[in-house]
Amino acid sequence: MSDTHTTSGGKTSVWTKHQVFEKNSIFLLIGILVMISIGGLVEIVPLFYLKSTIEKVEGVRPLTPLELAGRNIYVREGCYNCHSQMIRPLRDEVERYGHYSLAAESMYDHPFQWGSKRTGPDIARVGGKYSDDWHRDHLRNPRSVVPASIMPSYPWLETTALDTSHIDMDMRVLAIEGVPYTKEMIESAASDVKTQGAAEDSLTAPFLKRYPKAITRESGGVQGRLTEADALIAYLQQLGTQVDFKLYDDKANIR
Amino acid sequence: MEQKTSAPSGHANGSADPSAPAQSGVGTTGHSWDGIEELNNPLPRWWLWTFYACIVWAVGYWFVYPAIPLVSSYTKGFLGWQSRAQIEVDMAELKAMRSGMTTKIEATELADIEKNPELLSFARAQGSAAFAVNCAPCHGAGAQGFKGYPNLNDDDWIWGGKAEDILTTIKHGVRWEQDSNTRSGVMPSFGRDGILNRKEIATVADYVLSLSGLAVDKGADLAAGKTLYAANCAACHGDAGAGNQEMGAPNLSDKVWLYGSDKAAIMERITLGGGGVMPAWSNRLDAATMKSLAVYVHTLGGGK
Ligand code: HEC
Ligand code: HEC
Ligand code: HEC
Repeated sequence: MSDTHTTSGGKTSVWTKHQVFEKNSIFLLIGILVMISIGGLVEIVPLFYLKSTIEKVEGVRPLTPLELAGRNIYVREGCYNCHSQMIRPLRDEVERYGHYSLAAESMYDHPFQWGSKRTGPDIARVGGKYSDDWHRDHLRNPRSVVPASIMPSYPWLETTALDTSHIDMDMRVLAIEGVPYTKEMIESAASDVKTQGAAEDSLTAPFLKRYPKAITRESGGVQGRLTEADALIAYLQQLGTQVDFKLYDDKANIR
Repeated sequence: MEQKTSAPSGHANGSADPSAPAQSGVGTTGHSWDGIEELNNPLPRWWLWTFYACIVWAVGYWFVYPAIPLVSSYTKGFLGWQSRAQIEVDMAELKAMRSGMTTKIEATELADIEKNPELLSFARAQGSAAFAVNCAPCHGAGAQGFKGYPNLNDDDWIWGGKAEDILTTIKHGVRWEQDSNTRSGVMPSFGRDGILNRKEIATVADYVLSLSGLAVDKGADLAAGKTLYAANCAACHGDAGAGNQEMGAPNLSDKVWLYGSDKAAIMERITLGGGGVMPAWSNRLDAATMKSLAVYVHTLGGGK
């Protein structure tokens, strides 16, 4: 396309003007930025205002503080580099992983963990597929349960005590981003972490009122303290379990 | 960056020959780097036409498929295509394709499936595929098991080895609290909860070893072990250690061990107690797939 002054003539004048970009790297850079921004804006901005992008679904709740702490560890360890959380509406994926992912299922995820690479399988619906013990074994050393696994070992997770000193701040930031964390939820964050990681006690009922259907469990822990593995497992075990697909109406949400 | 010189100056190697355009018949761009000039060849025709064709295709795509966001909706495209409508069609097609067999599997008793060669081979194929995706991470690719996850090839069953028992285990899981019909029964934590002290645990462990004829330590007090066993263990594991499938207490008198056969492993079991957990599958898998899995596991070799 770059005709030049050597073959000058009226009909090539547009291409001649294009040389401004070709010969000036700053202009070229600005030009590229403008073009990519237009593409990005057209693709992304409508998702914020089009009501039809997120379907109305029962059951999706914000993560509990313990699950949120687990999610932070998931992000910190870069699990998203090998695992997607996005079951596409394609036959082979639905056959293997279950119902395709709904937008509503990640509406409280900031940033979302859809991922783009599957070195390992998609884990959008891994919740309830394995036992806590299996996850513990698998995180410590994946080869102990899946001999041919190429997933790295994360043995430090079950020996590192969980740091929850910032979890209420995380929730506050997410609330600014639109996650419906109430004042009550944020204030009871630290105690909710303990409640979810313990067998049933008097705090369990109010906790379950805040986070319906969350699973509380006696977690292993190190000397009575919850570990990073406990939090990560609590996060993994709720993935894809919040929507009851026996009640969900596929036809009503075709869009 | 490019460096302009007004005219190529003849260097020793003579690479910048001012007559180059004449030789190739193509003009130069006028750029010159260290005397090397750039010919101004047009893009190949095929490339250019492919490029234009792509532009035309893209414009067509905008009209045919959902494409451009508007104020309250988006352009739906002439075809009315939607990925979520399409997957419904695809899944319905798949279901129709398999329906002949799956409805038969659903309607047939497990025992009768195994008697019918056609159904059996379908169920085993479907079961083996579902096993690889859902069960192999715990039970192993060949169902050989790992420590804590039972081998499903042998004829030693914790919860029963009839096809119906296996189907129940698959449907409701083992100690899976979210399923109210799950198989349950846990061993007490004799050590952790202080029911037995360390010495007593070692003594009863020796007796457990002797039940299956394994070697025991020289000075082992088997009589004391037997008394301890009768008082603490027989209710679940049976007087002779034959086990109890009702509560998932394994047979201790055979040579098949879930957690290992050395004394340390047995002492650890008695100390910690508890029990393995397997998820319930009735919310994840459909009825036909679970039946196929039961048939597959039952026919691995150890089915009763
Ligand atoms: C180098 C890539 C890689 C990374 C990083 C990685 N995984 Fe994996 N993961 C795999 C592979 C491969 C498998 C399949 C084999 C297996 O089950 O181990 C897998 C399997 C899994 C499974 C079982 C999924 C299923 O349905 O069977 C879970 C759960 C999982 N990974 C969680 C994690 C978590 C949590 C992290 C971060 C702490 C993580 N993975 C990091 C590669 C990876
Ligand atoms: C999270 C790991 C896990 C997964 C996944 C899993 N199982 Fe299990 N399964 C177990 C454990 C643990 C036990 C033993 C429970 C016990 O200790 O009593 C078990 C027991 C069983 C038993 C009973 C064995 C006996 O001796 O009575 C059968 C049958 C079985 N599993 C089949 C399956 C099938 C089929 C699947 C796939 C749909 C599956 N399991 C998936 C962990 C798992
Ligand atoms: C309340 C019933 C109950 C009582 C009482 C009980 N057990 Fe158990 N035991 C179980 C169950 C259930 C399991 C299976 C755990 C699992 O599947 O993970 C088990 C497993 C074991 C195992 C592991 C078997 C293997 O294959 O690895 C040993 C060893 C054992 N028990 C020994 C004992 C001894 C010794 C006592 C008495 C001190 C005892 N048990 C008392 C229920 C009981």
